[in-house]
Amino acid sequence: MNNVKFSLIAIVVAAAVLAFAHWFKVDYLFFASYTILQFIVLATAWNILGGYCGYVNFGSAAFFAIGAYTSVFLHKAFPLPVPLLIVVSAITAGIAGFGMGYLTLRLRGSFFAIATLALAVVLQTLVVNWDFVGGSRGAYIIRPENLEIGSFQIPYIEYLFALMLGLTVLALVTARAIEHSQLGYGFATIRDDELAAEASGVPTLRLKLIATTLSGAFMGMAGAPFPYYIGYLQPQSAFGLEYAVNSIAMPMIGGTTSWVGPLVGAILLGSAQQYATVTISSAVNLLIVGLMLVAFVIIAPNGLIGLVQDWLRKRRAS
Amino acid sequence: MSPLLHVNTITKRFGGFLALDGVDLVVQPGERLGLIGPNGSGKSTLVNCVCGTLRNEVGSVNFNGEVIDKLTAHERTRRGLARSFQLPRPFHSMSLADNLRIPLLYTVRAREGMLHAHTDLEARCHQLLELVGLLKKANQLPRDLTQVEMRKLELARAMAAEPKLLIADESMAGLSHSEIDDILALLFRLNETGITVILIEHIMSAVMKFSQRLAVLVSGKKVADGKPEDVVRDPEVVRAYLGQ
Amino acid sequence: MDISFDLLINAIAAGLLLGGFYAAVTAGVSISFGMLDIVNIAHPAFVILGSYIAYFININYGVDPILVSILMLPVFYALGAAVYQVYYLSFEKRGQESLRGLAFFFGLLFVTEVTLILVFGVDYRYVEAAYIGPSIHLGLIDLPLRMLVPCAAAITLFACIELFITRTFTGRAIMAVSQDQLALQLMAADPIRIKRIAFGLSIAVAAVAGALLIIIQPVEPSVGREYIGRIFAICVLGGLGSMPGTLIAAVILGVVESITATFYGPSWAPAVSFGFLLLTLAFRPSGLLGR
Repeated sequence: MNNVKFSLIAIVVAAAVLAFAHWFKVDYLFFASYTILQFIVLATAWNILGGYCGYVNFGSAAFFAIGAYTSVFLHKAFPLPVPLLIVVSAITAGIAGFGMGYLTLRLRGSFFAIATLALAVVLQTLVVNWDFVGGSRGAYIIRPENLEIGSFQIPYIEYLFALMLGLTVLALVTARAIEHSQLGYGFATIRDDELAAEASGVPTLRLKLIATTLSGAFMGMAGAPFPYYIGYLQPQSAFGLEYAVNSIAMPMIGGTTSWVGPLVGAILLGSAQQYATVTISSAVNLLIVGLMLVAFVIIAPNGLIGLVQDWLRKRRAS
Repeated sequence: MSPLLHVNTITKRFGGFLALDGVDLVVQPGERLGLIGPNGSGKSTLVNCVCGTLRNEVGSVNFNGEVIDKLTAHERTRRGLARSFQLPRPFHSMSLADNLRIPLLYTVRAREGMLHAHTDLEARCHQLLELVGLLKKANQLPRDLTQVEMRKLELARAMAAEPKLLIADESMAGLSHSEIDDILALLFRLNETGITVILIEHIMSAVMKFSQRLAVLVSGKKVADGKPEDVVRDPEVVRAYLGQ
Repeated sequence: MDISFDLLINAIAAGLLLGGFYAAVTAGVSISFGMLDIVNIAHPAFVILGSYIAYFININYGVDPILVSILMLPVFYALGAAVYQVYYLSFEKRGQESLRGLAFFFGLLFVTEVTLILVFGVDYRYVEAAYIGPSIHLGLIDLPLRMLVPCAAAITLFACIELFITRTFTGRAIMAVSQDQLALQLMAADPIRIKRIAFGLSIAVAAVAGALLIIIQPVEPSVGREYIGRIFAICVLGGLGSMPGTLIAAVILGVVESITATFYGPSWAPAVSFGFLLLTLAFRPSGLLGR
């Protein structure tokens, strides 16, 4: 199935989801689903660098927060409609991804991973000390009740949900397109054996930079509407631990070799967490995510998708 | 005729260990050069420095009239320098065919206008697999291959880059006589099409059959370089390597 | 902003003491990352675990925290050995250390932090001991004992490790395994066992570092993550696998952080380590004394 066909199908599915949600009209579901969609984007973005290229990013929260704080900054300095905020965040987070990659990707993969972890801490320090965007006290963004364009009116949360749905489609289509393209092949060689890739003519540094830039940009885009969604943005929540661990756990549990893995992982883990946070506690729910990550990484390295593929292969062989 | 490859006084250290000590080597276009030496003498290090996987501190490498010291490994491959790895390094998550598609896409197609159509690439891929006798296993993964087949895949991948110079690094270790002859025939055929070949080997019968010229590396230094019949009679070579 | 000499010299003194302590925290990673090439980013979690155990026993039984950590050495050693065994069987053996190994340690870091939150809550915890409170006054310089004692203990610990590595057979085997695993095998030493011992050692050291940490500052579960940047910045700046390099780099970082905190405010301190890390990676990745 080529990319255009897939994009059309994805858009149709998204439109159906949107229509259903609009008809159903339960506010809590909008809020919960928004979070899951956000995680789909984050997980897919992480997987472009982590699953396809094999370079681990521990600082997803940093890029997510760059998107969120870009929105806050512009909201205070030069207000823009949310879709434009998303575009600007893509640029700022993408530049951050490129910059960090340029500094660290020429060294070993482990140095890159460490640098991403430290980046999150440093960025948080910068934000905490930056009063214009609220510093440690946080920033308020008053979310309008409704989106009004002429006579067309929908609740604002539904508007944000629709935007995030569009972003999700974009992320999935991009991931799938990469997977089936020459770029995807190149990424896979980097993951399999970077030395042999170079010897075969693959420009590994250039490809890795493309991956970090794309990955960072998508994470930033996921973060851009966040201040509007949450209304009050504190550094602790923007740089929250749950973003780092979920961006890794969801693709690794779902499966890292294809675009389906992060989607499956995000939906399953995201829904489970929404349920657990409400019924048990948010700390226990994070603990479960962490334990599942460790368990899956040891027992099922190729995630749920890998388990399914193995099972199918065994059935075919017998 | 100007040489295709000119290795100019290359020195390479690993911490305190001197792996290469001022090595000079010249390879003419179309030549068949054999490179021998005991384990640890620096043969693979030399290949790594020439191909850009490692950077030498001293000296320079000149390929096809161009100083390539500042080029990355993939840029050197695109200029026509290809190598197979001593321990095969296939892309383990991809089929054999895909393994060959990588250099076809990233090296051959990256050069001016070759291999435009999709069918060209597929045909070339099939041709290469057939050449090394792996066409039947085209869609299998490298982990399903025997050691011998992995070596052949390794060679095929280097060949897929359509090089001007191919460095075959110990592709024959552990193979049977007929398998060695197969690979040798392959390399001869490649050479006949104009590709310069450097054969790094321990198997002396193959080296003597193949090489027009023979160079010997011992402890990072080149101790002999000339006609094979002369080199194997050189007392220093006999003492350092052949006598063992 | 007046640079008062008084303030500056005290900042430097505090930085030196802090640096000594940082060296102890990093010592474990110098072994696991510098020598064994294992990116154990969960190391700070083990340190914090050590802090909390020291806290628990100190508050409930009145035992001195450093003493607690020494008693806990065998426990942490066993823990480290067990973790390495899992790491080896699941990842190193299969050659998948890079992606999955990192995710594994990250998972451990995360699970430890969240478990500590569940058990102890997010309040800051601190220990009580005779030397927390008083200071020594040397002219202009105030040396708080709560920093002096950990620094002294840290340097002692460091010296012990250095002696172990250079003087004992096992220690030298650890250095050997970091340089040439095959040669070690030919000498009839089992490299896996050596690596297990080394990793166990690195975690045991973390126990002591944890006790020192909670003497210096109150601790809460997320403190560990601040230390990741510091630890790896020190490791890289000092040169992987060089213990003297680690000490020098730790002291440099301690002094710079202290001066930054004194004159620009403590909220900027975490940025210092990352700045160091980036600069080192960009300009001298092999570190000051690296191999």
